[in-house]
Amino acid sequence: MVEMVNRPYAGAFESYAVQRPEVLCLSADLTSSCEIDGFRDRHPEQFLSMGMAEQNMLSFAGGLGLAGFRPFIHTFGVFLYRRPYDQLMASVAYPRRKVRLMGFLPGITTPGGMTHQAIEDISIMRTIPNMTVLETGDATEVEGIVEAADSIDGPVYCRVLRGSVPRLFDSPLKVGEMRVLSQGTDVLVITAGITTEEAIRARGALDKAGVSVRHLHLNTLKPFDAAAIRDHAASVKHGVITLENHLVAGGIGSMTAEALAEAGLAKRLIRLGLQDTYAHGGSRPYLMRHYGLDAMALIRAIEALTGQQTGIDEEALEAVRVDAVHSAAKAEAL
Amino acid sequence: MQNEKSTEEVALGIRRRVFEHSMRNNGGYLSQACSAAEQLAFLYNEALNLGQPTLPMIPRPFSGVPSADNPDYVTGAGYNGPFEAHFDRLFIAPAHYALVAYATLIEVGRMAPEGLEMFNKDGSSVEMIGAEHSPGMEVHNGTLGIGLSTAAGLAWGRKRLGETGEVCVFMSDGEVQEGQTWEAVQAAAHHGIDNLWALMDVNNQQCDGAMDSVMEVGDIATKLRDFGAVVVEIDAHDIDAMRQARAEPHEGRPLIILAHSSPTQGMEFLRRRFPRLHYVRFKSDEERAEMNHAIAAELGIDPIDYGQ
Repeated sequence: MVEMVNRPYAGAFESYAVQRPEVLCLSADLTSSCEIDGFRDRHPEQFLSMGMAEQNMLSFAGGLGLAGFRPFIHTFGVFLYRRPYDQLMASVAYPRRKVRLMGFLPGITTPGGMTHQAIEDISIMRTIPNMTVLETGDATEVEGIVEAADSIDGPVYCRVLRGSVPRLFDSPLKVGEMRVLSQGTDVLVITAGITTEEAIRARGALDKAGVSVRHLHLNTLKPFDAAAIRDHAASVKHGVITLENHLVAGGIGSMTAEALAEAGLAKRLIRLGLQDTYAHGGSRPYLMRHYGLDAMALIRAIEALTGQQTGIDEEALEAVRVDAVHSAAKAEAL
Repeated sequence: MQNEKSTEEVALGIRRRVFEHSMRNNGGYLSQACSAAEQLAFLYNEALNLGQPTLPMIPRPFSGVPSADNPDYVTGAGYNGPFEAHFDRLFIAPAHYALVAYATLIEVGRMAPEGLEMFNKDGSSVEMIGAEHSPGMEVHNGTLGIGLSTAAGLAWGRKRLGETGEVCVFMSDGEVQEGQTWEAVQAAAHHGIDNLWALMDVNNQQCDGAMDSVMEVGDIATKLRDFGAVVVEIDAHDIDAMRQARAEPHEGRPLIILAHSSPTQGMEFLRRRFPRLHYVRFKSDEERAEMNHAIAAELGIDPIDYGQ
């Protein structure tokens, strides 16, 4: 059973920020939703309520950066770039302000439907010059994201998990260092965020079925370590599968394709994720199943890539479930 | 810096320089010089506490955008002096007023006249729409409506740091059509940001023509007060009124001075073009020559030799 950690961001942010007066906590009316309500109550002098006004918030944060502060902006990922895109570009990214964009509820981790689901955020953020893009995949990475983000010399966008988060890793997130979770030789599986947990579950069944998986977990999406991806891809027999909580266009699937093409490495590539579609409101397990972002989708893709049936069914997958608590998670409130 | 000219003289100099430049370059932002000359002259010549320029009188060429690979990058803010705690900061929110702002820098001795010759030339930092790296600019404001927000953030930060210098934004009235302007005013009021003030050129003009024909904005003063600002309305060409307005107490709130201006002040010949004044181009050689003589006479100078 995997340990579940409750609200890992809350404690991590507070313990980091209280020692650094130049770190400011900004919120746009989603304070408890982003787990900073306790910080607001205990450290009001370091907290700025910006209201439901993201355009002003982004430019204002740019101004705070100009004054030498390092504002952490807390809101849902979508609200950091869709409405205030111009402000993100002109006031934050271009001048390389040290603004930390903490994007909660990445991808389909929210039941809020299209308006709340950041499904193209990686695609947008990685094409912005000067931007760094990080993503958390477990409680340890959430705990480490505050310090990691604040180490960036410029703006940084982070996909942050909230609520009850599994602890998969015991070493802290290091910017630029992917995690090699298994070193198999048949297929390369590349995941990030919540899809890593799915791939770990699939691997349990795949091992028994005799499929040798090389599994990479990414927490730094920009800069993207194309050389390492190429080397790992070159070391497997059948090809590469990316599985992401995001549209397949512009995200990890695209980045991997670019890396393989630029290296002249001819490997088959299957990109799992949202296939040029919006999602809708629903629970995370339902959405992952419905849109093919879960362990079973990965197993089917591996079968397609290797041309061999694994014989793994729902029951076999159920037996290696990473944890019962998490998979039974209900749709989270907003 | 010591004032060598009166603010009225600076304002006249701004109009003359912008006119001369527009004549020689077959067009320009003439009406912005008409409406804003006194305002920019007032800011640079007396209202703002600015240090000596830190950048060369003749601007350096464009030297790259901000990036991790460009450690020597600097903005154009050095023309307004160094970033010291007691000095003020200025943002030119409507970045298309750049030509007028550059002319002001020359008139107050912060940039050499050669700087204006680089205006809108390839490879130059003296860009048509003021960029961060353009003389006198500190942030990108080309997308109208973002300047006041950035200034509010900077002002909050300066206050927190205990700096006595204030933050001033030169604004345009068209910006009140942008929702962000109202977000900025409410945030500045909510957070008690009173080391922030703005001087708004209310010329009732925008790119498509008279503002009322493009999008009516109603009573800006009442709306700004309702959003939490202290507002003073003045005649934009009355420098004494500007001085009094600047002295208006505004504890706990931003001060916004609405400077009602004429887009043809000092160049009444431009009335013939009303209401399309945003960027004045000449329709024919005859018109160019006629405008040259008429406006030169209004400005008290000889007609411009533009190689006709």
